[in-house]
Amino acid sequence: MLALPCLYPPQEETCNAASATVALFYTVLFTFTERLASKPTVMSTWRRLHVKVRTTRGLFSPRRVSEQSTWLCGRLTLSQSLRTGRPFRNDFFKDLEAQLAAMRKKAADALPGSSWSPFEPNPNLPPERADIVIVGGGVMGWSIAYWLKQKERIQRGLKVVVVERDLTYSQASTVLSAGGIRQQFSLPENICLSLASAEFMRNINEHLGVLNEDPVDLQFNHSGYLFLASQDVAHIMEENYNTQRQAGAKVLLLSPAQLKEKFPWINTDGVVLASYGLENEGWFDPWTLLNAFRRKAISMGVIQCCGEVTDFDYTINVMKTVDGSRMDFRRIKSVKVQMPNSLEYQAVECAIVVNAAGAFSGKLAQMLGIGCGPKDTIAGIPLPVEPRKRYVYVVHCPDGPGLDCPFLIDYSGVYFRREGLGGNYITGASPEEAEEPDISNLEVDNQFFEDKVWPSLAYRVPAFEKLKVTSSWAGFYDYNTFDQNGIIGIHPLTNNMYFATGFSGHGLQHSPAVGRAVAELILDGNFKTLDLSGLGFRRILAQEPMLERNIV
Amino acid sequence: MSAPLMSLHRCFQRSAFCLVGRRMWSSSSVSPPPLHTRMLLFLTQRFYDIEMLLRWRSHMKRRSIQKKNAYYGYTKSFYGPDIAAAYYILSLKGGFRYTGQSDWFRADQRGKFSWDFLNHKDTSLEEVDMSYTVINYTGLENFYGQQSLKTLLLRGCPEVDDWFLARLHMFQDSLEELDISHCPRITTGGLAALRNLKGLQRLDISYLPGISSPGLVIILLEEMLPHCQITASGYDHNLRQQGEEEK
Ligand SMILES: Cc1cc2nc3c(=O)[nH]c(=O)nc-3n(C[C@H](O)[C@H](O)[C@H](O)COP(=O)(O)OP(=O)(O)OC[C@H]3O[C@@H](n4cnc5c(N)ncnc54)[C@H](O)[C@@H]3O)c2cc1C
Repeated sequence: MLALPCLYPPQEETCNAASATVALFYTVLFTFTERLASKPTVMSTWRRLHVKVRTTRGLFSPRRVSEQSTWLCGRLTLSQSLRTGRPFRNDFFKDLEAQLAAMRKKAADALPGSSWSPFEPNPNLPPERADIVIVGGGVMGWSIAYWLKQKERIQRGLKVVVVERDLTYSQASTVLSAGGIRQQFSLPENICLSLASAEFMRNINEHLGVLNEDPVDLQFNHSGYLFLASQDVAHIMEENYNTQRQAGAKVLLLSPAQLKEKFPWINTDGVVLASYGLENEGWFDPWTLLNAFRRKAISMGVIQCCGEVTDFDYTINVMKTVDGSRMDFRRIKSVKVQMPNSLEYQAVECAIVVNAAGAFSGKLAQMLGIGCGPKDTIAGIPLPVEPRKRYVYVVHCPDGPGLDCPFLIDYSGVYFRREGLGGNYITGASPEEAEEPDISNLEVDNQFFEDKVWPSLAYRVPAFEKLKVTSSWAGFYDYNTFDQNGIIGIHPLTNNMYFATGFSGHGLQHSPAVGRAVAELILDGNFKTLDLSGLGFRRILAQEPMLERNIV
Repeated sequence: MSAPLMSLHRCFQRSAFCLVGRRMWSSSSVSPPPLHTRMLLFLTQRFYDIEMLLRWRSHMKRRSIQKKNAYYGYTKSFYGPDIAAAYYILSLKGGFRYTGQSDWFRADQRGKFSWDFLNHKDTSLEEVDMSYTVINYTGLENFYGQQSLKTLLLRGCPEVDDWFLARLHMFQDSLEELDISHCPRITTGGLAALRNLKGLQRLDISYLPGISSPGLVIILLEEMLPHCQITASGYDHNLRQQGEEEK
């Protein structure tokens, strides 16, 4: 292509027929190959070629000169004076093309099913219509979005929108968590969820790898969880151990002597029994998991939208029960999404809403009127999920346990784990029910470390007597006040809102499996791989808690 | 004529293409990927179909690895776990030695092996050499119940990763020697799981490209496994020296 201009002798100003044809041929060739190389379909190339040929014929000499001008500085003035006419005529055809394109677009917009509106749309607004709206873009929300796309039967057959109010995730529990995964739960459902999630993470690149992008590296630390039990709770630990073994988890029970042998740096006073996870336990980077889910889901066509869900538009069907009391059945028609820092909002019409708003899912359910009915009826039972503030402290202790430090959970409630290789550890504890801190902000109470965490920590591991708190943060547990377990499924009185919330400190590790379960519930109508019906809303209405005894 | 072509064609922004194109050809410090890779990259950016084919290819690759590492349940039910493990090893072109015997059974370059190993029913394996094979996490299932395995050589195995190392706890009472050098997918997070191997006496972790700050990791490993002799060559010299002083 670069050699092209040299074909025209620079002196030749008047064009004869022969050179005109040659030049025309080259220009056509040029435009053709240029078009081809730069993109559109062959058909439109031909169509445009037509126009181009006509254009070039009329514009032949100015084009030639201008091409020379780039090569011959001496002719610059001349070519510039000649060029004046060219933009004008070229503009005419360019305009024509643009006009035609605009016309085609208008015609397409006028067709039914297009999302055209008479106002200039804000490009950040969510679409007007969607099949499924997921509220909350934490790890739960994105996992559900991924699995919905993964399970859809026709490619691009489902329109899924994820609404997240804060794309910096400054308050989301996902990125403020400790990132641990364990199988040491007391409920078979939780154990199976963990096993399934661990398998997902083992093959994460088969699930979440995107072609031509870097593989996902979760930075998984296979260090295991170590639970310590005192005299009072040893029998519970033994029971849990049996449940865990039955579900297929590789867990080991240790006597204090064995514990001392395996972890010589632990003070075993007061410990009667310990259980240690051999496989599929450890911790990983929550950010990486969240971003991997998000990247994959977006690559599969999920729409991400930044905005806050502030209201729902729903219909109410009133029904009477046999004994004559009134029941309101709600059905969501649209979700109102408020744009950040503006008064603008968009109502997204949708068939199904997924409540994955983590700690704030209780508030979201309230907007729908769940729990606002008269007391002692089903409508009066709220979603029992509320934010609870938990502190995490990063401490530096060069003489600490080192590489063989597991995720240790003491019977006092204090936990710690290694963070990196430089002698840093993260630690924390859950406060007493009566001493729950204020949840209006995410400030850290350093006194809590001095009073509640450090004494137990230093007692258990004497090396921690000398340590330095280097930083700290706080995050919200999506705390289920009813039984500290996840709530998965629909509300009986609102039949198109699905819940995936209330995981109370183990939501991150369960997100891959829960996402799959919710997608099955939505697309297949019931659970296919793991039966989680025990974790539905029904238990709350029936007041039958599924208590998890290994809550950290 | 154009309709099928149109369906093949990928809608994408011209600018994005230019950007990628330029980046592809002008990388100066990092050596560019080979021509056919760039060609494929270029094509996947234009056609969904090529992307599909590539995805399908990687899927088939994974499938074939998975198939090679399948659970030898059929052999196990007929000949017992030891023969099943032995058969699995030979099928993957590895080698092994039975407990109490001196000669090794090995597959040759082309994967051929003699069937004499069938004569030793109910003899457990003592040494296994799976170097440069595609053994992975699932394949380990075939070794379940090998209580007297002392040596496991996994030099240069592309599929050995951290999850694999975490699963080695099944040999926690017997394993004495482990060679995981040249395994590209091992990281520090997996090495921490070796703490479960109580009887480990020799460990080779040379040339692991996946571990960052190897000097520190080696020191920490030596702290964690005090009775184990750790070989770690192929790392930055200054850091190596630190590691040796600590020893
Ligand atoms: C200190 C701490 C330690 C933890 N440790 C662990 C651990 O070791 N292992 C483990 O498995 N789990 C752990 N967890 C729990 C885990 O982090 C949570 O269970 C999990 O992240 C919940 O994910 P989520 O997506 O449901 O919630 P989130 O990550 O909180 O996401 C919810 C999102 O919804 C958005 N949102 C809320 N309301 C609206 C609205 N109206 N409109 C639009 N968007 C909205 C929020 O901005 C937020 O980003 C820990 C939690 C904390 C706080």
